[in-house]
Amino acid sequence: MSITKRFIIALIFSLPMLIQMVLMPWGVMLPGGHFTQLGLTTVVMLVAARPFLQSAWASFKKHHSNMDTLVAIGTVTAYSYSIYAMITGQAVFFESAALVVTFVLLGQVFEERMRRNASNAVEKLMNLQAKDAEVIRDGQTVVIPLAQVVAGDVIRVKPGQKIAVDGTIIEGTSTIDEAMVTGESMPAVKKVGDKVIGATMNQTGTFLFRADKVGNDTMLAQIVALVKKAQTSHAPIQNLTDKVSDIFVPVVLIISILTFMVWFSLLGASLGVSLIFAVSVLVIACPCALGLATPTALMVGTGRSAKLGVLIKNGDVLEAVNDVKTVVFDKTGTITVGQPVVTDIVGDQTATLKIAAALEASSEHPLATAIIKRAEADQVQSTAQLADFKAIEGKGVTATLDQATAFVGNDKLLADATISATLKAEMRRLQNEAKTVVLVGMNQQVIGLIAIQDTPKATSQAAIQALKERGLKTVMLTGDNQLVAQAIAKQVGIDQVIADVLPSDKAAHVQALQKNGKVAFVGDGINDAPALTAADVGIAMGSGTDIAIDAGGIVLVKNDLRDVVTALELSQKTFDRIKLNLFWAFVYNVLGIPVAAGLFYTLGITLSPELAGLAMAFSSLSVVTSSLLLNRTRLKSQQRTVAA
Amino acid sequence: MAQISVLIVGMAAIGFILWWFFGHHATQATVAQVTDQEQSVDILVNGGYSPEKVVLKQGVPATLNFTRQDASSCLDHVVFPDFGINQALPRGQKVAIKIDTDQAGDYTWACGMDMFHGKLVITK
Repeated sequence: MSITKRFIIALIFSLPMLIQMVLMPWGVMLPGGHFTQLGLTTVVMLVAARPFLQSAWASFKKHHSNMDTLVAIGTVTAYSYSIYAMITGQAVFFESAALVVTFVLLGQVFEERMRRNASNAVEKLMNLQAKDAEVIRDGQTVVIPLAQVVAGDVIRVKPGQKIAVDGTIIEGTSTIDEAMVTGESMPAVKKVGDKVIGATMNQTGTFLFRADKVGNDTMLAQIVALVKKAQTSHAPIQNLTDKVSDIFVPVVLIISILTFMVWFSLLGASLGVSLIFAVSVLVIACPCALGLATPTALMVGTGRSAKLGVLIKNGDVLEAVNDVKTVVFDKTGTITVGQPVVTDIVGDQTATLKIAAALEASSEHPLATAIIKRAEADQVQSTAQLADFKAIEGKGVTATLDQATAFVGNDKLLADATISATLKAEMRRLQNEAKTVVLVGMNQQVIGLIAIQDTPKATSQAAIQALKERGLKTVMLTGDNQLVAQAIAKQVGIDQVIADVLPSDKAAHVQALQKNGKVAFVGDGINDAPALTAADVGIAMGSGTDIAIDAGGIVLVKNDLRDVVTALELSQKTFDRIKLNLFWAFVYNVLGIPVAAGLFYTLGITLSPELAGLAMAFSSLSVVTSSLLLNRTRLKSQQRTVAA
Repeated sequence: MAQISVLIVGMAAIGFILWWFFGHHATQATVAQVTDQEQSVDILVNGGYSPEKVVLKQGVPATLNFTRQDASSCLDHVVFPDFGINQALPRGQKVAIKIDTDQAGDYTWACGMDMFHGKLVITK
């Protein structure tokens, strides 16, 4: 029988007794007196309370105890004593037994619902998946279920359709809403060669893509796996409740017996009164609230953060975040975009870019890529004939371009070429900004300069500002040289720069910083993995390597540093909620048990078993409700995103 | 007189509770039977887990079959924190849970409220 059914039966049969209790002062009594009460309560005990008794007995045989033990002993005591009292003509309290069962079941009905709410983040994520996909096989378009899609399949996606799996676009362009997976609110423009993520929504165009990852390898599947693990993980703070819950029920049983002994033997109260106090003690003590305090908050907190594109891997991380004093960033790919871009062009813009692009066209050097990208963006195309292409070792390249000798390279070329004073001054200025300067010239004369730099992401500065506002120290740890590191640090407002660090020394630097408090490390590369592990909290960028993602305790799906702030804030909120829950759960018992035992009897404060039952139901409910409220707490970092 | 006897019986009851719940009582451990490169253990959920300790062999695909008889809502989920498993156990139904046995070690499982515990040992 379901808990809900048991509750309804208990309610129907105990309602007449509840009404009698309320109307007693006006002399209203149930017809049939004690016999009616006995009949009603017997039904409640046999039908609604029997599972409590069975469970209590089953665990007793195994030397275990649980909340059912308390409810079973409490109600059976009240029930059996009342039968004895009825026979001997004393005051009965059948209604206590019946109402305690009803209230405890009421609590469980709500609790069951709410627990389901707390854990449905994973289900919601799973439901994001597309149901089927239009696959092109043997030149034919066929619609097949998602499970049958294999890596290498070419899939067509029309506007308004969900993308089935992770892949790469091979034909067409479109804008794609990736909010459901990455939390990024702006739709992304995607063209041939761009990656698409399964379960995201295609908006405007039709395109074909090749499936790269299917089944358990897709980003969504991996997110789901991570969230599941996080939700079931243990927070270290829980060790306390583990210990308490092991001894909790037997201790309450002993307190209850002591209560009875004190009232009956030492204070000379009647058997009935003494029993009432003992039963109240049993009923109010609720180990459930203690047990639910941490897991429900963890579930809601990690579920919500996953929706925002922040994957928190487990409870340990959540707890560690709380004491973080310093946030250390890797530079390349974390604070910066990770790819050099052209920042300045000095001299004749078009001519300079045209020559540079023509000469660098066949090179795969990152600097060359930056120049070619800029040329494409500015729609500068060279139609000139290129001949006698030559690389000058350590300096650059030259070639014959429209009968003239063109060159592109670094400042070592100045040995063979002349440069105007203005350009020379510009070159010094750009170099001082830690930019790499490329000289472009014709016939031994420098005609223009191109400055290239790996620039900070647009959001990095705001993120670091927000971290500072939270009172955190920010540090940049990079293998790059001091000049470049300083320039970037200045642009984004980082407090301290540690440059020229060998990859193998990154972890050691993190450990040194740990002397001043807990450290969070944010990074993305393979070389960051040791530092991510060494830090108290490792935060890996989602774009990073798998190794970095494995090493991190938190993964940022969007690659936006502002999510570091979100991650810290949400972790802190979740952990605070766990502490609050535990506090309430303990307070309930620490205050409730003495009151129920009649310690404040002289002050006129007592707790009848039925009120104790209600209080207990309420305690579990309030803990679960408090956890669910985490879904609604306001996050400063999110408000900022909306405003921006 | 009644007062004195209540005191005596009460003390005896407390003594019994201490011995029964905190005294050392042997728990049963079950070693999984390996057949055709598969291993499985049936676990009965009734007032706790029987057996409470399960020994599996590393590298052999394993299934734990939980059957819940107990009506208590305490036991209606089983959680393996190390494996990211949080599985509902409908009453009276056999629920198979696959365990990844790649890593040897000691693991635990617990009920949804972390009141009842079981131990899982994966041996080399």
